Amino acid sequence: MSEPSKPQGRKFQLPEHLKVYKDVWVIVEQERGQVHSVSLELLGEARKLADKLGVAVGAVVLGEAGPDLERICGDAFAYGADVVYRVADPVLKDYRTDPYCRVMTDVVNAYKPEIVLLGATTLGRDLAGAIATTLATGLTADCTELDIYMENRSLAATRPTFGGTLLCTIQTLAYRPQMATVRPRVMAMPERDDSRTGRVVDVFPALAEDSVITKVLSFIADRERNEAQLAFADIIVSGGKGLGKPENLKLVFDLAAVLGGEVGVTRPLIQAGWATADRQVGQTGKTVRPKLYIAAGISGAIQHRVGMEKSDLILAINTDKNAPIFDFAHLGIVGDALKILPALTDAFSRRLSVNRLAS
Amino acid sequence: MHIVVCIKQVPDSAQIRIHPVTNTIMRQGVPAIINPYDLFSLEEALRIKDRTGARVTVLTMGPPMAENSLRKALSFGADAAVLLTDRKFAGSDTLATSYALTSAIRKLAEEEPVDIVFCGKQTVDGDTAQVGPGIATRLGLQQLTYISSIDSVDTQAREIVVHRRSEGGVQVLKTALPCMITMLEGTNSIRFGSMDDMFRAARTPLRVWSKDDAAADETKVGLKGSPTVVSKVFVPKPKAEKAKFIEAEGGTADAFAAAAVEAIFAAQPKLSTDLLARAAQG
Amino acid sequence: MVEKFDAIVVGAGPSGNAAAYTLAKGGLNVLQLERGEYPGAKNVQGGIMYAAELEKIIPDFRDDCPTERHIIEQRVWLLGDDSYIGTNYRSDAFNTDRPNRYTIIRANIDKWFSEKIREAGGLQICETTVTELIRDGSGKVIGVRTDREGGEIHADVVIMADGVNALLAKRAGYQPELQPQNVALAVKEILFIDPELIQQRFGVKEEEGVVIEIMGKVTKGMAGTAFLYTNKESLTIGIGCLISDFKAGQCPPYKMLEDLKAHPVIKPLIDGAEMKEYAAHMIPEGGYKAIPQLYGPGWMVAGDAAHFNNAAHREGSNLAMASGRMAAETVLELKAKGQPCTAANLAAYKAKLDQSFIMKDLKKYRNLPSVLHGNKQFFSEYPDVINAAAHNWFTVDSVDKKTKEKQIMGSFVKTRSVLGLVGDAIKLVRSVR
Ligand SMILES: Cc1cc2nc3c(=O)[nH]c(=O)nc-3n(C[C@H](O)[C@H](O)[C@H](O)COP(=O)(O)OP(=O)(O)OC[C@H]3O[C@@H](n4cnc5c(N)ncnc54)[C@H](O)[C@@H]3O)c2cc1C
Ligand SMILES: Cc1cc2nc3c(=O)[nH]c(=O)nc-3n(C[C@H](O)[C@H](O)[C@H](O)COP(=O)(O)OP(=O)(O)OC[C@H]3O[C@@H](n4cnc5c(N)ncnc54)[C@H](O)[C@@H]3O)c2cc1C
Ligand SMILES: Nc1ncnc2c1ncn2[C@@H]1O[C@H](COP(=O)(O)O)[C@@H](O)[C@H]1O
Repeated sequence: MSEPSKPQGRKFQLPEHLKVYKDVWVIVEQERGQVHSVSLELLGEARKLADKLGVAVGAVVLGEAGPDLERICGDAFAYGADVVYRVADPVLKDYRTDPYCRVMTDVVNAYKPEIVLLGATTLGRDLAGAIATTLATGLTADCTELDIYMENRSLAATRPTFGGTLLCTIQTLAYRPQMATVRPRVMAMPERDDSRTGRVVDVFPALAEDSVITKVLSFIADRERNEAQLAFADIIVSGGKGLGKPENLKLVFDLAAVLGGEVGVTRPLIQAGWATADRQVGQTGKTVRPKLYIAAGISGAIQHRVGMEKSDLILAINTDKNAPIFDFAHLGIVGDALKILPALTDAFSRRLSVNRLAS
Repeated sequence: MHIVVCIKQVPDSAQIRIHPVTNTIMRQGVPAIINPYDLFSLEEALRIKDRTGARVTVLTMGPPMAENSLRKALSFGADAAVLLTDRKFAGSDTLATSYALTSAIRKLAEEEPVDIVFCGKQTVDGDTAQVGPGIATRLGLQQLTYISSIDSVDTQAREIVVHRRSEGGVQVLKTALPCMITMLEGTNSIRFGSMDDMFRAARTPLRVWSKDDAAADETKVGLKGSPTVVSKVFVPKPKAEKAKFIEAEGGTADAFAAAAVEAIFAAQPKLSTDLLARAAQG
Repeated sequence: MVEKFDAIVVGAGPSGNAAAYTLAKGGLNVLQLERGEYPGAKNVQGGIMYAAELEKIIPDFRDDCPTERHIIEQRVWLLGDDSYIGTNYRSDAFNTDRPNRYTIIRANIDKWFSEKIREAGGLQICETTVTELIRDGSGKVIGVRTDREGGEIHADVVIMADGVNALLAKRAGYQPELQPQNVALAVKEILFIDPELIQQRFGVKEEEGVVIEIMGKVTKGMAGTAFLYTNKESLTIGIGCLISDFKAGQCPPYKMLEDLKAHPVIKPLIDGAEMKEYAAHMIPEGGYKAIPQLYGPGWMVAGDAAHFNNAAHREGSNLAMASGRMAAETVLELKAKGQPCTAANLAAYKAKLDQSFIMKDLKKYRNLPSVLHGNKQFFSEYPDVINAAAHNWFTVDSVDKKTKEKQIMGSFVKTRSVLGLVGDAIKLVRSVR
């Protein structure tokens, strides 16, 4: 990572009263006892930033008191936190903007972190936008890279703009805390270290359910709705317009089934109604980071690319040897996906069944 | 009922190119469009208008040429349009933008109280998804982002029930008006206005407001009111290497497939053990 | 209630814009309807604009019209397989305050023109397609219907400036179907390139531009031409052939353009440029003989829809603007006299056209389309032998000049025979006389 460049054109001295802001925080996102993996990725990232600054990593864990919350606090230490701010209250059981925003505003004002990170998820982006307003500070959304500009200890947050055609680095110079949301699956997941522990700070918010106007009537989990779980798949086989006809998407499903992977698609396929929106990979779909991404009949437009280029290994199949996807795929086959896909399905199933006999 | 829809005119990002030589963004000839996400919110507002007879005002902050987007919104069926434009707004980040828009909405509310503010989920240029929450927070509106459907709006009880997308599922929320809503993409599609709408859109006088008209505090807008500073804009580095093309004897699909499987396992030995292990389990 | 206007103009290309602007400026209540998302959204033009006609409509257009470069050099190239032979004309006299020709990006011009129409008081509605003319019992056109709900609109006169397809006139039975031998299909690309490179490669300054008109083997024997123009920071390159030829031939248009771009004398000019925009559009090339009925009770037709296009000189937009203006002036004159837009009264439009360069030029070239169409040697053998001849002539190899002359003449005669050569020359001269 190169040293971020000096911010240009503006005064970047931090006012004296803001110099007491210290530490790098992650707001740990949990829903019904499940921690969103981006929060753990962010703890790893926060660790790096805090080490550079010589400060501590704080994790804010909000929710209803109980074993889930305890477990999550433990997770936070294991993934890199030095201090956990534990905010337990029945009102915080389900996410709602208003109580979360009120609590977070108070906690930040009380403990004064210099950096606050959240996942760029539906929760993170909803909450970050609200608290950056109550705190009247800068917020950089949907970042893909974070660094510290040492000369004034400012956070250099880099993010795609104009649909990924450009990147820009944004800094919050004379305000604290500096806030950023970060795309899931962009930062590497740190190694879990169960030997790590730290200090727990209990926060007792003054919340009353009566004061919260928005009520959660029910929650319909995706698990019960049979939606594709693309974001966490280890193997993804994706199809694009090059497949020609909706029927041919079956070839993609066949290969994914043999590999035990998920199926992704490009946006035009969603628009044409070949697949449901939960399978879209890209800027306006899911960001994925599987171990293997097979792209069949996909040109590699920037909006698709930003959603999958962090995959460990990308194999692209395209008839056009000049297709942009070959600029960033690791392996390429110049050929007809309609022929290659079934052949791959065969080849993999043979390889895997041979092994089964042997073992 | 009075609904305000915030729309932003943006360059059609699908048509933006990077100048191959100067590496700068080329806006020349790139058409300006209404931020596509805003259309889902606008359509939802119009549907509420269809059901309840609400008045729909569209609001944008931008340069004078943003008039085009407002006219277009009128042609879909919005009733009134406000263009918030002032040199002093130039360089506003999301905090300053939400402040400026909030000032204008407050002004509108003086004429007729505002029950719902719709914003787009995010813009395709700024892409921050922050302005909506900023407005909601400033105005103390109930904040409903990533809404996939509006199940009911009860104008008598002033209650609204929505489906909200969250990471692991869908929340069904009930709250009270006034609120701020951002719609999820793909939840509806914008209507094709009638000939009358077109005439009305072409003839409706725009309300053009300056910073002072909206009673916005100069220190809170533009560069002055923006905590964030863009310190660098650059083109993503192209990956140094292109893909390694798999060669196959005879060029048959089977030969390619066999060679590809070998190449994948060679590049990702761990993947091969994982897969084989999984296969072995049956 | 159905809205009523003094005039409706269909289309926001050069002819429609000229008409709508002239009418609005003349104080009439005019409605212009355009199907594109914005004016210019769907329009294609290679990119040379001739100042003279625009000047007649908006005299000080140079103040803010978004032109690209004014032209100081014209080249005409005849391409062989790997060579060209051609003429260049360049003059510093083209560097005046009021240049005559400019390269343009058509969408920018259309937008600018529309702005002027609105300023003049014209009402403009886009994204609305006119689907048919509305006529009263006597057959007089009294308005149009659009594709929108409640789409009926009335007017005293309708000016159809809807481009080469002229669907409205056809649907109303005022025009026959287009004949494939009367329309060319042109494809073109705008290629982004560093302006510095344009300046270097074409030897021009920032504001100056070059036009290259190209004929030869790239059209693979089909009747057609190609072009390369320099814009501010882009190049426009295109090629077009008659539809009838494309139908018969094996080479699709985009392939032809690819071949043109890959040609050894063209490639170095466009090297390093990045494709920004691809477009295909038809050009009416039937000339004088293809001109349809131009007016009737309550209607007139202008521009490409009236087949006003001079293929030999690649003039179209100027004929479009001139005819649009004349149609509008005809209406203004009738209104001033308090006369209705009957067929007899609108005959004044045809009279104006007849007296103008439009009809005069088209008449002069009336036989050219059929000559070129019927004599494919102009596009196949001639480029070959002429380039070979030049190659022979300019190769210094100790063969005496007289022998060279003989060889060259011989190669001409071999491909075409003396009679054929003379005949071709006569045909060409006749068709443009
Ligand atoms: C604001 C915005 C947001 C967007 N967000 C997204 C997003 O989130 N995700 C997304 O995917 N897109 C998104 N897009 C769309 C994106 O710009 C591209 O249009 C899209 O990714 C292209 O999809 P594709 O590769 O399937 O189709 P194409 O670009 O049409 O490519 C098809 C490819 O298949 C190849 N091919 C053809 N036949 C065969 C064959 N038989 N075998 C093998 N190869 C073949 C062709 O050579 C070609 O390269 C967005 C666009 C905009 C404007
Ligand atoms: C590749 C190419 C290169 C060219 N190069 C040159 C050149 O260098 N110089 C030059 O002078 N000329 C050139 N021309 C010719 C020139 O572009 C045309 O002659 C000119 O555009 C004709 O203008 P018009 O207004 O008649 O038609 P158009 O420009 O075609 O405009 C017609 C308008 O009507 C609209 N329309 C059509 N039907 C409807 C409907 N039913 N309802 C509503 N709106 C409708 C269309 O969307 C369009 O905007 C070129 C043409 C091509 C294709
Ligand atoms: N300048 C603006 N004028 C009006 N609305 C805006 C403006 N900027 C942002 N918005 C609204 O806020 C939403 C989110 O924008 P952003 O935070 O930039 O992603 C947009 O979809 C609009 O509804």
